[in-house]
Amino acid sequence: MPDALAQPRGPTDRAQPEEMSRLGLTMYRLSLWLQSPRPYLMVVGFALFLGFWYLAVEVWRLPRFKEMPGITTVIKEWLSPNPTYGLSFHTAEYYQHIGMSIWRVAQAFFLATVLGVPFGLFLGWSRKFKEYVFPVFELLRPIPILAWVPLAIVMFIATESAIVFLAFLASFFATALNTMLGVESLDESYTRAASCLGAGKWQVFRHVILPGALPFIFTGLQISIGVSWFSLVAAEMVSGQYGLGYVINTSYMMVRYPTIVIGMITLGFVGYATSALVRIAGDYLMEWRVRELALAER
Amino acid sequence: MDLRAPEPRGGPAVTRGRILIDDVVKIYDPEGAAVMAVDHCSLDIAAGEICMIVGPSGCGKTTLLNAIAGFHDITSGTILLDGEVLCSKDKPKAEPGPDRIVVFQNGALFPWKTNLDNVVFGPVMQGKLGRREAVDKGRAMMADAGLAGVELNYPGEVSSGMRRRVEIVRALMNDPKVLLLDEPYRALDSLTKSVMHEALLEIYYRNKVTIFFITHDLEEAIFLGHKVAIMTTRPCKPKKVLTVDIPHPRDYGVLTSKRFRELIEETNDAVHEEALKAFQAGEKEG
Amino acid sequence: MAASRLNRILTSSVFWRGVASIVVFLVLWELGARSKQWMAPEFFDPFKSLLGAMGFKKDYLPWIGVVPAPSAVLASWTEVLTSAGYWTSWYKSFFRVMGGFIAAMIVGIPFGLALAVSRTAYGTFFPTFEVLRPIPPLAWVPASIIFWPTQELSITFVTFLGAFYTIVINVLGGARSIDQRYFQAAQSMGSSRWDIFRRVILPGTLPSIVIGSAVGMGITWEVVVAAEMISGGGSQAAGTGGGLGFFIWNSYVGGSYEQIVVGMISIGIAGYFSSELLRTLGKYATPWLKVR
Repeated sequence: MPDALAQPRGPTDRAQPEEMSRLGLTMYRLSLWLQSPRPYLMVVGFALFLGFWYLAVEVWRLPRFKEMPGITTVIKEWLSPNPTYGLSFHTAEYYQHIGMSIWRVAQAFFLATVLGVPFGLFLGWSRKFKEYVFPVFELLRPIPILAWVPLAIVMFIATESAIVFLAFLASFFATALNTMLGVESLDESYTRAASCLGAGKWQVFRHVILPGALPFIFTGLQISIGVSWFSLVAAEMVSGQYGLGYVINTSYMMVRYPTIVIGMITLGFVGYATSALVRIAGDYLMEWRVRELALAER
Repeated sequence: MDLRAPEPRGGPAVTRGRILIDDVVKIYDPEGAAVMAVDHCSLDIAAGEICMIVGPSGCGKTTLLNAIAGFHDITSGTILLDGEVLCSKDKPKAEPGPDRIVVFQNGALFPWKTNLDNVVFGPVMQGKLGRREAVDKGRAMMADAGLAGVELNYPGEVSSGMRRRVEIVRALMNDPKVLLLDEPYRALDSLTKSVMHEALLEIYYRNKVTIFFITHDLEEAIFLGHKVAIMTTRPCKPKKVLTVDIPHPRDYGVLTSKRFRELIEETNDAVHEEALKAFQAGEKEG
Repeated sequence: MAASRLNRILTSSVFWRGVASIVVFLVLWELGARSKQWMAPEFFDPFKSLLGAMGFKKDYLPWIGVVPAPSAVLASWTEVLTSAGYWTSWYKSFFRVMGGFIAAMIVGIPFGLALAVSRTAYGTFFPTFEVLRPIPPLAWVPASIIFWPTQELSITFVTFLGAFYTIVINVLGGARSIDQRYFQAAQSMGSSRWDIFRRVILPGTLPSIVIGSAVGMGITWEVVVAAEMISGGGSQAAGTGGGLGFFIWNSYVGGSYEQIVVGMISIGIAGYFSSELLRTLGKYATPWLKVR
């Protein structure tokens, strides 16, 4: 049987996961991870990738690769207190750009969640509402976010609002859709049981639908923040004055190649961190799910 | 065939929870495919009685249960609870309520609430008990059912047998007239099942409610029930109704008793016949 | 048969409610877009001052007031339908999408399956994959332009990236969720490793591949449009770029707002139809899922 698909085997003589506190649970899962070959394979994987980058660009100078910024150049630039192209860990500008992008994503994500989750919940809960509203929603959704750029620029007087709007739009569609699916895929036995037990409509909503759909909602939120970054970067590349997308674009225009890579890696890191934050928030709110999954991993 | 049941033995008589199913018909999609699920079914269940409904998968027994519970409507006929109309031709759908609580096939304990929170859900939502009193009562009932110690666990953390019991306690907290059980032990292994049967009986002896129990297991039916109704394949109606005259309180010793074996002999043919018909018709799991 | 189905759709209230809502949407849009006209009379002066006080332009409704009306868009569209440039844009975008998408399938599916089947491969390559994944595909555009010799290839590469991540994740998820019992059944019937791969893993993963492709297709369109705008729009060289993204950008630069909306809707339609096509193909590939 294929290795990766076999059930993982864990130690059996430890304290049972259901007796652990939240922190204990995390430490337990961490210890399991460290004892497996996984961390070491991971290092090998990174080494292969970075090694190839180094060799291809700087040592072997392969045909297309030699134009690219090499890994040593990038790292030197990134760490230098006086960078040739103006951006490194030591310059204030670097953090300005990061902060700008994060601030924009935060606004977009916040608005999208605050508007998208109730909208999605309502779509899932009320069939009538869905029949009236969903067709228009589905009509607008396939339009790629970037196709909205010129329209957004025309609609919003300030470029800043246009950029946030674009990130918001992408996020909103993802959040609303996933929330709706979460409500719809909830086993109807739960709502039936609740009405048997005498719960009124709002009680059912608060105690059954909302917590029941929460796992789906959080998956949607993780997708949504990814999509938000995607749109933000695109919008920043096309217009705008600060931000990581802007950095990447202008670095290219001004032939500052190492900075492009710095921008890309920073984006990757920040994107991952924000996504992880959402996931952690979800884990915190849904302890029952974490425990259920931990039990299944045994 | 006398549809009236004798008084259930083993405790004071119960006066509420009498269900009268009178000539009920249920047709799905009347203007389209017109599938008849229930065909002029009549059944009289006495107050406080355990009535077992046995039949092959997909025959329509769950439809009956759903009609009583208020999840589906009926096409014609009447269902009465203690003389009051639950649903009829003029009022095809009953209102779900805490007087008839369902225990679902795959379990419907809320996974995001602790066992205790699940158990006190009913009274707290209806405003019948304050949180404090509900918790006290809940703990007591759980202890009675052998569930002391798992109050603060989540349903996902305890065994499926325990989950069933928690669900039953959750229902009983509301002092219902009727408990509707839809093949609750179907997913359990037979060892756990036999223990669950005794547990259920014990809970029943303490809280007299009418029990409407759907199963496909004839032995389970005769072991638990006062009355066993064997249903035909779809569309369903009672093919044979049996009164089980083994006295309550019962224990697993009953399973090897002579009377038990006799009753199985009487009914086995009827059940097997319907099962064969269903098999040939290729019924999907209902 | 088909006639009765059509009949059922036409008589269902669900259908008409949907139609009603779209009509209402279009009407509101039309009204909003024409706000300059109906807001002209003095009757609206206090309302206009309120708008001004809130920081918006006073003569029309905020946001919707500058958007071209559906009627204007329709007019523009009928014009554009006869111009060759419009249809070349369609086909150029379409080719880029197909190129990137097919490349993503060819590389992504085997890669995903390899990760699913071999624990070592997963442990080695998945972390790197996960680290690269949060970098938005568009951030790769400049790097891609530097690396690839032609603009076409660079756009296709970025498109490829967009779909690649999605497909791999879906394939992985699908392969892992195959019920253990299928493996056990195959082994008990004496299958070799290769057999198991061919007859259990591959078909078992097919539904996820289909879903991954449909989603990946949507992402591909997003990326293509963006890439076209950025690379085609950034450089002012005539004749380069092309494609619907470039069409939109060009319309913006040329001041024809109606055409912008025409372009937007066109892409929406294109994206929707490609996803639907994939879903239908997928249904043929996985007939066993039709039941229930």
